[in-house]
Amino acid sequence: MVAENIPEADDRMVVADNIHKHYGRLHVLRGVDLEVRRGEVCCVIGPSGSGKSTFLRCVNHLEKISAGRLWVNGQLMGYREKNGRLYELRESEVAAQRRDIGMVFQRFNLFPHMSVLANVTEAPVQVKRMPRAEAREIAMGLLERVGLADKAGAYPEQLSGGQQQRVAIARALAMNPSLMLFDEPTSALDPELVGEVLDVMRDLAEGGMTMIVVTHEMGFAREVGDTLVFMDGGVVVERGAPRDVLDSPQHERTRAFLSKVL
Amino acid sequence: MDTQTGPSRAEASSPGTGSPEFIKAVPVRHPGRWVAAGVLLVFAAMFAHMLVTNEAFNWPFMVENMFSEPVLLGVRTTLVLTLLAMLIGVVVGIAVAVMRLSGNPVLAGVGWLYTWFFRAVPRLVLCVLFGNLGVLYNRIDLGLPFDHYWAPLLGLESARFYSFDTRDLLTPFVAALLALALSEGAYMAEIVRAGLQSVDPGQTEAAQALGMRRSTVLRRITLPQALRVIVPPTGNEATAMLKDTSLVAYVPLTTELWFQLQAIGNRTYDPFPMLVAACLWYLAITSVFMVGQYLLERSFARGDRRAGAGLRLLRVQARN
Repeated sequence: MVAENIPEADDRMVVADNIHKHYGRLHVLRGVDLEVRRGEVCCVIGPSGSGKSTFLRCVNHLEKISAGRLWVNGQLMGYREKNGRLYELRESEVAAQRRDIGMVFQRFNLFPHMSVLANVTEAPVQVKRMPRAEAREIAMGLLERVGLADKAGAYPEQLSGGQQQRVAIARALAMNPSLMLFDEPTSALDPELVGEVLDVMRDLAEGGMTMIVVTHEMGFAREVGDTLVFMDGGVVVERGAPRDVLDSPQHERTRAFLSKVL
Repeated sequence: MDTQTGPSRAEASSPGTGSPEFIKAVPVRHPGRWVAAGVLLVFAAMFAHMLVTNEAFNWPFMVENMFSEPVLLGVRTTLVLTLLAMLIGVVVGIAVAVMRLSGNPVLAGVGWLYTWFFRAVPRLVLCVLFGNLGVLYNRIDLGLPFDHYWAPLLGLESARFYSFDTRDLLTPFVAALLALALSEGAYMAEIVRAGLQSVDPGQTEAAQALGMRRSTVLRRITLPQALRVIVPPTGNEATAMLKDTSLVAYVPLTTELWFQLQAIGNRTYDPFPMLVAACLWYLAITSVFMVGQYLLERSFARGDRRAGAGLRLLRVQARN
C-alpha cells in the first residue's frame, strides 16, 4: 500500500498515497490517492464538504493527516521514516518544508499592518534572511508581473479583492516555490474581478509552475488545467484530462455535480 | 394622499427638469435642551461660587504646598513607579500570555498559576507582603541548591558564591515596584491573551504557509496586530496603576505623591486643600497619559479601517 522509495529525481512533484483525515469522529478524507507531475496544473473540483480544501491543506501540512503518506518534491511531509517507524518533524523542520510550497487562500489573508511591498518582502527577509535591498528588488519585479507595481506603498485595505489576491500570489511567489496551492482563489471575489486573478494564474501556468487549484471556475479548469480531479465524499471519484471529465464524465456522481454547475 | 403616483415624484424623475430643489424645512425644536442647559448653568454657577467663597479650600495655602519640593519629589516617585511598573507588567504579561497559549502544558500551567495568584491577592496586601519579605530571608545567597545537605559530603563548607543583605536588595522602592509590576503582569497577561486570540487565524496560517516559524509568526504577524486590541485597555491599566501607587505607602515607601500631600495636611491640621491638590495632580497626570494613549493607538491603527474610524470619532469628539 505504501509507495516505495520516492527518489528526488522523480518527475512527480506531489504523491498522495491513501490519505485519510479525521476531525474527531468526522471522517473527512477517506483515502485520497493523487499524483501531480512537475509542471502540471491540476484542478480539483467537487461539491462543498467533499474534502478538496482539506486535502489541499494537508499538502503543506497545515492539517495533519491521520493515515497515509504524502510526499512533496521527494520529501515525506511532516514526518521522518526510520526503520519502519514514523517520527514527527520538529516545528522548524516543518517550516523548512513549507518554504518550497506557496499557498493562496480564498480570503487572501494579506498582513493588514504591512504595506503591499512589505507583505511581499516579509517572508524572504524573515525566513530566508535575504538582504532587504535584494528582497525589495525581487518583490518589485513580482508586483510588476501581477500588474500592481504602482500599489507597492498601499495597504491591503485600500485595494480591491482582485488586487489583494494578486498581491497574495506575488507574496507566495517571493519565496520562489516549486509548487503553488490555490484554495478557491476567486470564490470571495466580485464577478468582475475574477478575470484579473485568473489571468495571473494562467500566466503562471504558462511559465511552467506546478499548481494544484481547488476551484469552481470550470472555464479556467478546461483551458489551463492539464488534469481535472473530481472529489466527492472524501475520495477522488474521477481524474482525467479536463475536456474528457467535463464533456463525458464516467461516474454518475460527476455527472450529477456537473449538471448542477455547468 | 397617494404617495406612489404623486406629481412631485413624476416631476423629479422626468428628464429635463434638472435636479430638484434642496429641502428647506423648519427643524424640530428642542425646548427641553434649553431648559436642561439653563438648569445646569445655575448649578455650575453655584459650584463656582462655592469654590471661590468657601474658606475651607484655602487656595493660596493649597497652591503654595502643591508645588513644594517634597510634593514635586512625590510626583516624580509616583511617575517613575507607574512607568516602570507598567513596563515590567507589559513584558511579564506578554510572556505569561504566550506561555498560556503555547502548546507546552508545563508552561501553560505555570502561566495559569501566576495569573491566578496575582489576580487573587489585593495590591494593598501585596505591597505589605513585599515590604516584609525580609522576614523570610534576611540574606540572599547565590549558589547551588540544597548545598547544606551535600556540600559537607564533598568536604566543602558550602556551595555559595555571593551573598546580599535583603535590606540592600529589597529596598522599599524595589519592594513597591515588584508588588505593583507583578500584579500588573497578571492583568496584562489576560489583556494580551485576548488580543492575540482576536487576530484572524488565517493570518497565522498564511505566515506558516510562507515557512515562518512560530516565534517569527508571533513577533512579526500576530503580536503587531494584537497590539491594536491591547493598547486601549493598557491605557486603562496605566491610569489605574497611577492611582494604585498611592498604596505603596504601606510597603512603606513614603516618598510618593499621596503620602506627601497627606502628611502636609496632617501637619498643618488643614487636610482638605491637600485632598484637592491630590485630585488636581492625578487629573493632570491622567490627562497627559490620555494624549500618549491617543498617539499610540493612532500609530497602531495603520491599515485598519475600523480602528481608524474609532479614532476619527475620538478626534471629532475632542474638537466639540
